[in-house]
Amino acid sequence: MSKLAEKLIAGEFVVTAEVAPPKGVDLDGVLATAACFPPEVVAVNVTDNQGANMRMAPLVVAALLHQGGVEPVLQMTCRDRNRMALQSDLLGAAAFGIKNLLLLSGDHPRFGDHPHARGVFDLDSVQLLQAADRLTAGQDLAGRPLAGSPAFFGGAAVSPQAEPFELMFQKFRKKVEAGARFFQTQAVFCEAPLTRFMEQAAPLRVPVLLGVLLLKNARMARFVHEHVPGVRVPEHLIDRLDGAADPLEEGVRIARETVRLARRHCQGVHLMTLGCEDRISEILC
Amino acid sequence: MIISRQKDKEDLLRHLEGKHKVFLVGCGACATVCKSGGEEEVSQMQEWLVSTGREVTGSVVIDEACHIMRAGRDLRHNRSAVGEADALMVMTCGAGIQSISSHTEKRVIGALDSLFLGNVRRLGQYEEKCSLCGDCILNETAGICPVTNCAKGLLNGPCGGMEEGKCESDRDLDCAWMLIYERLSRQGRKGVFARVVPAKDWGHRHQPGRHKIR
Repeated sequence: MSKLAEKLIAGEFVVTAEVAPPKGVDLDGVLATAACFPPEVVAVNVTDNQGANMRMAPLVVAALLHQGGVEPVLQMTCRDRNRMALQSDLLGAAAFGIKNLLLLSGDHPRFGDHPHARGVFDLDSVQLLQAADRLTAGQDLAGRPLAGSPAFFGGAAVSPQAEPFELMFQKFRKKVEAGARFFQTQAVFCEAPLTRFMEQAAPLRVPVLLGVLLLKNARMARFVHEHVPGVRVPEHLIDRLDGAADPLEEGVRIARETVRLARRHCQGVHLMTLGCEDRISEILC
Repeated sequence: MIISRQKDKEDLLRHLEGKHKVFLVGCGACATVCKSGGEEEVSQMQEWLVSTGREVTGSVVIDEACHIMRAGRDLRHNRSAVGEADALMVMTCGAGIQSISSHTEKRVIGALDSLFLGNVRRLGQYEEKCSLCGDCILNETAGICPVTNCAKGLLNGPCGGMEEGKCESDRDLDCAWMLIYERLSRQGRKGVFARVVPAKDWGHRHQPGRHKIR
């Protein structure tokens, strides 16, 4: 069982963070970043061509992290591979000892650096969760038996503030039904929508790690508010960043408050610090 | 209906190089409705070909050019005009073009691009509605096809990119899942949200397809 699974099952408050594979073959940066996460960070997400921008295969980076003693959460999207490639990569991940997965639909190719690529989406995120679950049960999606089965701990994403709430929640419920064992959320900054979501989610009894995004300045906060689906940055936080002598310092303070919010409502946090990984200890204290 | 559009004249000229006598074929079905290959367009094409110094040996608008036997019969009825021509210019969808090319060894020049299976809102304004996937779940989605109308073709609900009911790929488009959800709600049923839809059977789309339904 992964450390992430153990701690979540034991009911401990869990912290995850994330790194992006390099655009190129130079791994020094990503490996150095992953190595300097404080010990509170239980597992590190490795993103999969995030924002539909082509980068090194996350499976390889996750394997290297694992070998280096950092527990990875392998992100996998449905955008770039059909069901055969996805399952085959999942089996490969198991061979490296990777257990934690975050299974996603993936951003539309239109936004990335290969906008003319054909999106695959042979499976959707719910079906990819089913596939991982089936593999863990010793069968592939076609019902064929496996020679040795993986032991995955499959997770999924949710946007607690997406509207309409009920539509978002029906998808969330399906992900749980399809085998999601934990969730990492899109960034949330306010208590009211989080409370509403966590109340509705409670009967499904699946741990939720609150997405904590480090806002570096007011401009970034406004951009996120306007352009990232399902994320709302309240005006008073943007004002705080705007008026701060040191906006990054203020952003760390806001992130710290959000972690406290998570301690009251959720089973952990997923930190998105975008290059400021050295501030994680402060955010967690 | 198959939505089609005429190719650029420049493109047609390249294919017409060295072809001086042309027989024209239109279609009385989709291409007529799209105003890309009906009587009127065939006659305009004839005028244009003549203006480029070519001779049009004859023309026919077939009821449904995709009907292979009917297309063969209509070509036989125009045997001598077809025989005189250096090439046939076919103003039909891709199915029609292949229906014609299966009946002649002459050069067939397709004059249209087939765009998609869709509906007409008004002339010139079309909506893609069906992907011909052969595994229809419209009965559970309140008659709105997510395979075609969702930018990712998802089957279990919206992606995380939905924002206030709009699509991630184009904020001017409604999220298909939002439309499905709203209509199902109005009908007081859960539809596709009542179950986890398993991985789709794309086996119906294996190529090349040859289907015998009866």
